[in-house]
This record gives sequence, structure tokens and C-alpha cells, in this order.
Amino acid sequence: MITALGASGATAAPGFLSPTGVEIAFVLVGIATLGAALVTVTTRQLVHAALWLIVALGGLAVEYLLLTAEFIAWVQVLIYVGSVVVLLLFGLMLTRAPIGRSPDADSENRLPALAVAVASAGALVWVVVDAFRTTWIDLDGPAQGSTKATGSFLFRNWVLPFEALSVLLLAALVGAIVLSRKGRAAAPVDGTPAAAPEREDKR
Amino acid sequence: MNDALDVALRIVIVFAVFMVLPLVVGQTEHKVMAHMQGRLGPMYAGGFHGWAQLVADGVKFAQKEDIVPAGADRKVFRLAPAVALLPYLLVLVAIPIGPGEGAVGQVVDAGIFFVLAVMGVGVLGSLMAGWASANKFSLLGGLRTAAQLLAYELPMLLAAASVAMAAGTVSLPGILDAFEWWWLPWQIIGALVFFVAGLAELQRPPFDMPVADSEIIFGAYTEYTGLRFALFLLAEYAGIVVLCGLTTVLFLGGWHGPLGADGLGWVWTLLKTGILAFVVIWLRVSYPRLREDQLQKLAWTTLIPLALAQIALTGIVKVAIN
Repeated sequence: MITALGASGATAAPGFLSPTGVEIAFVLVGIATLGAALVTVTTRQLVHAALWLIVALGGLAVEYLLLTAEFIAWVQVLIYVGSVVVLLLFGLMLTRAPIGRSPDADSENRLPALAVAVASAGALVWVVVDAFRTTWIDLDGPAQGSTKATGSFLFRNWVLPFEALSVLLLAALVGAIVLSRKGRAAAPVDGTPAAAPEREDKR
Repeated sequence: MNDALDVALRIVIVFAVFMVLPLVVGQTEHKVMAHMQGRLGPMYAGGFHGWAQLVADGVKFAQKEDIVPAGADRKVFRLAPAVALLPYLLVLVAIPIGPGEGAVGQVVDAGIFFVLAVMGVGVLGSLMAGWASANKFSLLGGLRTAAQLLAYELPMLLAAASVAMAAGTVSLPGILDAFEWWWLPWQIIGALVFFVAGLAELQRPPFDMPVADSEIIFGAYTEYTGLRFALFLLAEYAGIVVLCGLTTVLFLGGWHGPLGADGLGWVWTLLKTGILAFVVIWLRVSYPRLREDQLQKLAWTTLIPLALAQIALTGIVKVAIN
């Protein structure tokens, strides 16, 4: 996928064998991102996994930048690096975040996980390669993923999926509120204070 | 001018600003706080009113032993100050100080998203420091930092989105080009929300719960000493400069001023930034620290509705004047 997406040059005769500087950078960043992602799922230190996830998500943002999709790149940093990972770290610190290895964090599902990951990666690569086989981005020309281009494309051609997604998110939001309020209303009925969550030794 | 030379010159200038302005803010904080509390502040270092106090502090920090706690995660512990400081340097590159392309380090197309995204990354430094210190107080500080960021990122974004709607662009120089004086009353709610949320994101008083010294010593930075601690302090002051600069650019018209639009624009930017920095210091002296639940309540029940109201107002006026 990396080479297929990265190898894009002049619109007339895009060649795989004479990569430009941007394409080489794209492949290198892609390899680094892949490496960080692999470390994320293989490291035995929980918080390190979250920190490596930052590297992987940041690497993806750089890939978007190299593909001239500047807006998407900054949104990626804003949402994933700035918020999702912070939420993840928050959750980790709130429950258990030991320094050093946490052997009990392994669910023994390595092989099934690997199979699922390879299958989904294969499907994605196949779909992307097949869909964009004849589409080439002129990396040296004007940015095709600028905010203006992205905005007009999104709100002219893809309004319906956009609105459907926002309804989905709204439903999730309402659902979260309902769930959290239900828990609070039910607690006094039990009469017994909620059992203190089992705490592992943090250090 | 030669391209490479141009780029090098811009980088050098941005770096110089990054090194000088936070120190100026720091020294101003020393003196302003002192005078507001009826004392003199540092008076000896450097001779005239202790102007070299921060330089002396820097020398002191550099001389201290670099200690990493025995139980700490050494790599993350050492990396954290850099993660906290560097984002502000990157943000400074995109803030325009005057009209035209010559007065900004680098024109970023999606400028608002760039600065807010990168500023959010800085908080990861505090989180990493809090976790890696192997100290309960530090961990609590890190937790509070994360909770605070999650609460205040949203109003900040919404307020910035309101300006972007008004200007019809997300590029910072573009917003300044479109600025008119009557935006000031129009966007004043958004400006207040943005500034308050920014203060909370920087963990400045009255939002300094994550470093509340009476409860958790110094939060995530408790175990730090020497140069690494100095880097965290520098990050805080750089954050003040960046926040005030951003508020100036987004809401106060940046280089626009009543007079001297050509050539003197950068003076207006610096002046407005300086006044806002003074307000930041002023708030530190005059407001007590908010409790954690008050912090969250302020964000979710006051700032976010206000920001949404501002967006609605912006939309209505925008449609009306078209």
C-alpha cells in the first residue's frame, strides 16, 4: 500500500522506479509509523504502548501532510494525538499504570489478533489499491487537500454521509448521558455503597 | 532574497523570540506580582531593579544536579520536558506578527487547527512527567492535567471556530486580513471563552489545580530539578506568550491599530500581547484557586454553552450581513 500510494508523480507517466524526494520521505515515514504501531501492540509496558501510539498517529499525520492533505493532518493531530490519547492515558492512570512490565496485561490472543489484523489490513489495502489505481496526486502542484478543497468537497459531494455520521455521534452522546445517569440513579437504591474497585499496587 | 537564507533567517528570528519573550514575561511576573503585593521583588541581580534575576535563576538551574528518581521510568522522565516545550516553539512559527507574508514564520493554510492541535500536544509532556516520576503526587497532578485538558479543549476550539466562521477562513493571516473593528464587540464572548480556556490549558492560576502546592506539592513536576524543571517553567511562560499572541490574532485584530497600519503593525501585536500577558499575571495575584469540581463545572456548564451561543450569534450576523 505504501509504495502504491507513494509512487505518484507526473499525471502522464507515473513510474514506480524513479521516486521523488517526497515519495521517499513518504515511504520512510510509513515504515517508521508501521514500526511504532508494531511496538504499540507488542510492548509489555502499558503506558509505553499509549506513548508509542502517539508516535504512530503522529506519523500518520505526517503522511497526510506529504499527500498535501493539510487539513486532515492537523485534525488528526488535534483529535487523535491531542484528545483520544490523552483520554486513553487518563483512563490508564485512573486504573492501573505501573512503571515497568505488566505481564497480566496480555490476553493470550496474539495469534487470533494477528490473523484479524492481517485480514483487515489485506482487505483495506486491496480496496484502496483497487479504488485509486488510476488516480494520481500531483505532489508538486497546488495542494489538493487544502481546507477549502476539503470543505467544498465534503459539503457538496458528501453531505449525506456527513449528516448521517453526525446523527450517529449525537446518538452515542445521548446514550452515554443516559447510561451515566442511570448508574447514578440506581446507586442509592442498592443501599450499599459501591464496592471499592480492586486496586493493583500502582508501583 | 535567497530561499534557504530566508528560511534560516525566519527560523533564527522565531527562535530568538521564543527565547526572549517568555523570559520577559517571567521577569514581568516577578515585578508585577511583587508590586501588587506591596513589595519590591528581585532588586540585586544585574543592578537596575534586578533585571537579570531570570538569568541568575537560569545559571542556578544549570548548576543543579540532574536527578532521576530511582523508581522512575528514566526514558519517559527525561523526554517529558522536551515534549512540553517544543509544541509552543512550533506554534510560534505560525503566529503572524504584522501584515504580509514577511511577518509570519510560516504561513499555514489551516492555521487555527495547526496551533490548537500542536498546543494540545504540549499537555502530553505534563502527563508523561506525572506518570514517569513514580510518585503519587505527580500521578495525581498528571490526572488533573488530563481532566482539565479534556474539559477545556472543547470551548477553546468552539471559540476559535466562531472566528473562523466570521472571517470565512482558517488561516491566521487570512483572519487578520478580514478583520474589522466591530468584530471586537461581536466576538467578545468568544474572546473571553478562548482566553479563559487557554488559561486553564496552561494550568495558570486560578486554574492551577494540577500544580496545587498545598495539596500535591507541584503536581507532575514534583520530582524534577535543575534544567529539566527550568524547561517546564519555560514551557509555562512560552505558553503564556503563545496564548496571548493567539488571542490577539484571533480576537483583538493583531496588527490592526487605530494608527500606523503600515510598518508599525508588529508594535500593535506586541502591545496587545503584552497587555494580555499582564492580565494573566494579574489574575494569578488576584484570584484564588478553583477546586477541581468547580473547574469542571465552569468548563461544561458555563464556557461550552457560552461558546455555542457565540457560534450561533456569529452565524446569525454572518447571514444577516450577507
